[in-house]
Amino acid sequence: MSETILALRNITKHFGNTQVLRGIDLEVQKGEFVTLLGSSGCGKTTTLRIIAGLETPDSGKVLLAGADVTGAEPNKRDVNTVFQNYALFPHMTVAANIGYSLKLKRADKEVIRREVSQALELVQLTGYEKRLPSELSGGQRQRVAIARALVNKPSVLLLDEPLGALDLQLRRQMQLELKALQKQLGLTFIYITHDQEEALNMSDRIAVMRDGRFEQIGTPAEVYDHPRTSYVARFVGTANVLTGCVAEQKDGVVRMTCAGGCAGAADAGHTFRPGQPLSLAVRSEQVEFTTDPGACGLPATVREKSFAGGMLRIALALQDGTELVASRHGIDIAVEPGDQVRVTWDPAHAVPVDVEAAV
Amino acid sequence: MKKRSKLWLTVVPLYVFTLLFVLGPMIYMVVLSFQTRAEVWGVVNEFTLDNYKNIFHPVYLQTFAESFKLAITSTLFIVAIGYPFGYFMAKLSPVWKKRMMLLLMIPFWTSSLIRMYGWIIIFRANGTLDKLLMGLGLTQSPLKLLYTYPAVVVGMVYALLQFMIFAVYSSAEKLDWSLVEAARDLGASPWQAFRTVTLKLTLPGLLSGVILTFIPSMGLFFIADILGGNKVVLVGSLIQDQLMKAHNWPFAAALSVALMIMTTLMIALYKRVTHSEELEGLL
Repeated sequence: MSETILALRNITKHFGNTQVLRGIDLEVQKGEFVTLLGSSGCGKTTTLRIIAGLETPDSGKVLLAGADVTGAEPNKRDVNTVFQNYALFPHMTVAANIGYSLKLKRADKEVIRREVSQALELVQLTGYEKRLPSELSGGQRQRVAIARALVNKPSVLLLDEPLGALDLQLRRQMQLELKALQKQLGLTFIYITHDQEEALNMSDRIAVMRDGRFEQIGTPAEVYDHPRTSYVARFVGTANVLTGCVAEQKDGVVRMTCAGGCAGAADAGHTFRPGQPLSLAVRSEQVEFTTDPGACGLPATVREKSFAGGMLRIALALQDGTELVASRHGIDIAVEPGDQVRVTWDPAHAVPVDVEAAV
Repeated sequence: MKKRSKLWLTVVPLYVFTLLFVLGPMIYMVVLSFQTRAEVWGVVNEFTLDNYKNIFHPVYLQTFAESFKLAITSTLFIVAIGYPFGYFMAKLSPVWKKRMMLLLMIPFWTSSLIRMYGWIIIFRANGTLDKLLMGLGLTQSPLKLLYTYPAVVVGMVYALLQFMIFAVYSSAEKLDWSLVEAARDLGASPWQAFRTVTLKLTLPGLLSGVILTFIPSMGLFFIADILGGNKVVLVGSLIQDQLMKAHNWPFAAALSVALMIMTTLMIALYKRVTHSEELEGLL
């Protein structure tokens, strides 16, 4: 049923002495929305530019619909890009910008006019044909850039932080519109962002990138609920990561001793030896307060309480100094800075991370 | 308030200077061009249009045509050399940009008159160029390049090339190269991307370079005199001759006004084409 439209095979790239990509492998199915998520400098833009043909990899292959296009010129690839700064031609009208690729193909004038007006309708800018880019707002420029890349009906559309320059409200709205557009046209999107919320909202799959490698590739739910590494856990789920030593493993739950207490996580099918070092990730909303001194839990000191984004955020310090964050809807938690408390969580909601690295 | 009064101190001298040394002489020149030449020396205050009618005398029209021909030829060479030069200079690393800039500025430290005399040494019979070409066995006898039309063109190109390079450079420097990438991404070949994006966006620089070289090349009479002997007579030489040798000040003034009108028309045309207020590379 599914068909691989784009494949990256062991791509590496240096700029001077810096290795930007350290072996990138990715398969993208037709109609899929794949997000490359990572902080700036992780190599996501370079990956995109290699797919577009604007950079040549040192080694590895780019396959587009099965054909090797690694060395092909950008104009010979059925791929279009929405650039981060939009890169609209300032000397051309909106219509000329959108019709640019069609004109290069020597399409009929009437066909160009029709395709351009259809593309403008898609991005809800009908009637803006004669405007110059300088006469548009940021959001409108964004839409023109998308229309210009769409009009060619590329097999893969590359989007480099397309919403980065927009304000929060407009960004949310454009996220929905872009996602709807992608579904409606059945297009394949490769989308770059450093905003984990954006990635979780829009993607079919997320590839979390760090230091020129993919840390984890999976659906938003997989990446969010079962981060494989502490980096992914922190970056995607803004989770707490604790490190300790394995105490026991039974009934699908692994418990470890750390910071003067006990912490548990679902074992996710791994086998652990007692005494083995272990890291686990638990999200702040799963952290609970307990008064039962016998339960598996950790003693902690409340550092501060703040209210942000509809959530009460409680910063805690464990006995070894590790910071832990708990968050709650509502403000009725009876803890104050300086209080000694005991925290725990349902092991089913915590996951072991960096397991491969630790073995 | 204090700031404002200080601003006045800097602006007023500028206005006074402009009025005194630019606008004043210009008005004087225009008035002069409508006056009559005195029999022995100077002018008499008698209104006439004869000075302007004289310009249309075939001999003088011929001079204007010659000047245009030389200006166009020089400008074509300057575009052909200066555009790629400025374009590639804009692509250099910051360190090399500075070095190039310095190399281009160094010749300005010497008087252009002296640099033109340098070309005499190169061009004269059995001069540097002849020796070089004959030494390489490319020519058998001296080329006698000095006092020829090509020598004047070389002199013009040499004297004015920097203006074109700087004009194109400043416009190519501002070019957002991601636009070229966008064009390539949308299916343009390197040449198509250059033609539809790069050239269009550096056109203001190119055109201002054309103006900055075309207009002076009409008037740089000393180059024509030094490298062209008496064979190449330009509007600039004509004005100088009328003023200094024939002492026909009103006619010299009329010729100058005519040249100024042409210049103004060209700048107006530039503004129409590029929609810009300033000449690229001038500011």
